[in-house]
Amino acid sequence: MTTAFESNELVLNMGPQHPSTHGVLRVILKLDGERVTGTECVIGYLHRGVEKIAENRTYAMFAPYVDRMDYVSAVSNGLGYCLAVEKLMGVTAPERAQVARVILTELNRIASHLLWLGTHALDIGAITPLFYTMREREEVLKIFENYCGARLTTHAFRIGGLQYQLYAGFEEEVRAFCAMFPGKIDEYDRLLTGNRIWRDRLEGVGLLTVDECKQLGVTGPMLRASGLAWDVRRAMPYSGYQNYEFEIPTGTRGDTLDRYLVRIEEMRQSVRIIEQAVARIPEGPIVARGMKVIKPPIGEAYLPIEAPKGELGYFIVSDGTIHPYRVRVRPPSFLNLQALDNMARGALVADVVAIIGSIDCVMGEVDR
Amino acid sequence: MKTVIEFLKKALLLDLLEGLWITFRHQHPKNIYTEQYPLTRPAVAERYRGAPRLNIHPVTNETLCIACDLCKIACPENLIVVGFVRDEKKRKQLTTFTYDLSRCMFCGLCEDACPVDALELTQDFELASYTRGGQIWDRQMLEEGPRPTEYRQ
Repeated sequence: MTTAFESNELVLNMGPQHPSTHGVLRVILKLDGERVTGTECVIGYLHRGVEKIAENRTYAMFAPYVDRMDYVSAVSNGLGYCLAVEKLMGVTAPERAQVARVILTELNRIASHLLWLGTHALDIGAITPLFYTMREREEVLKIFENYCGARLTTHAFRIGGLQYQLYAGFEEEVRAFCAMFPGKIDEYDRLLTGNRIWRDRLEGVGLLTVDECKQLGVTGPMLRASGLAWDVRRAMPYSGYQNYEFEIPTGTRGDTLDRYLVRIEEMRQSVRIIEQAVARIPEGPIVARGMKVIKPPIGEAYLPIEAPKGELGYFIVSDGTIHPYRVRVRPPSFLNLQALDNMARGALVADVVAIIGSIDCVMGEVDR
Repeated sequence: MKTVIEFLKKALLLDLLEGLWITFRHQHPKNIYTEQYPLTRPAVAERYRGAPRLNIHPVTNETLCIACDLCKIACPENLIVVGFVRDEKKRKQLTTFTYDLSRCMFCGLCEDACPVDALELTQDFELASYTRGGQIWDRQMLEEGPRPTEYRQ
């Protein structure tokens, strides 16, 4: 039995205003010297009660709110919500809308991964990549702005299809981006992957096995970095993802470096999907019939999509009125954050920053 | 042989020099992307969702709004108040129109709901004001745009 004086344990607060926590996450670190013996996350600083707001809004009115959960990938959130309501109503979006949705969501995946890459590198200490990733992200945001009039909280999709017609020059802009972007990924790759400081900071840090991932419900790039090729786009295709050719990158070790490599490769695969989608934009309507009043029948529906951070699911219960009875969000960030303790135990304090960065959590989604 | 090359690469700091070279190439003036914002304004997209505007007929100067209340019903934040009176033919005439910008999230649902294209979100994005009351736009402000700030000594 050791006393408090002998045990040498130190409790340290990290956050909620720590720049590497990407929002307002407070982590209570238990330290033995510089080794982490345990972590505890304190969340809820950004809680806005989004799920409760949904009960007081109509289905159409709630769509802009989902953009504000994971504000880095607002388009994916909007897609998940719209698809869940469409499943509840038993409608499918027209072909043209589906292809446009795939293009915009994949662009959003690139934007989200770019922001992650820049800030993660910034946490590790490499300041330069942030400027380069932000520059390329700007190109994606310009396409969003031209398409729907907003850059971040886009509100791009409506239930049953799209609100806005694809603008003139959309295809050219997307093609130009697809032509430009792979070269830029190579640039990040050359800047970071071979760099000895980057490798030393990331290799073998924050190990997570597939079994741990399954127990904790970790999905997305973190699960794939551990070695399991699970992608909702492939496993449970939505929006016509079964028609596109893409690979699911996986890691082998499940450390922070693998998570970085998986996300880099995912950006390349996203470009591949976009290129295929742009080549096949069909003509036709952009919104399904009978979407003036959204009044789903009594019932419930759950629909998961592959958001940039992992499996994003919407569970909607309808009581037959124009207001949802209950909307439950299965946020990837929240469940991925649970793995922090498993990863950080035994690591050094400085590695905690790298581990939190590799989770790619957005606190707006964790707290909702 | 391979280990020798690996060792030489490490000893000569080739991995770091490669990064330095990439960074150095971005010194070229053609690679500068900074926007000089207050001096040159960015050209926002045609569909940009910014400050609201209540359109008036260009010739007759009458408002296009028919006081149908659809924007108010569509708004998730319930921030639009439409005031109207009935004229002798029992038709609705718009009197006041209040738009609370401090609560607006620029989702564009009011714009979509408007059947006569009276309410529109414009490309104006500079919406700061010195008071909270300045964020609540009345009909005149919505039709003519924000009034220029008066400066006093």
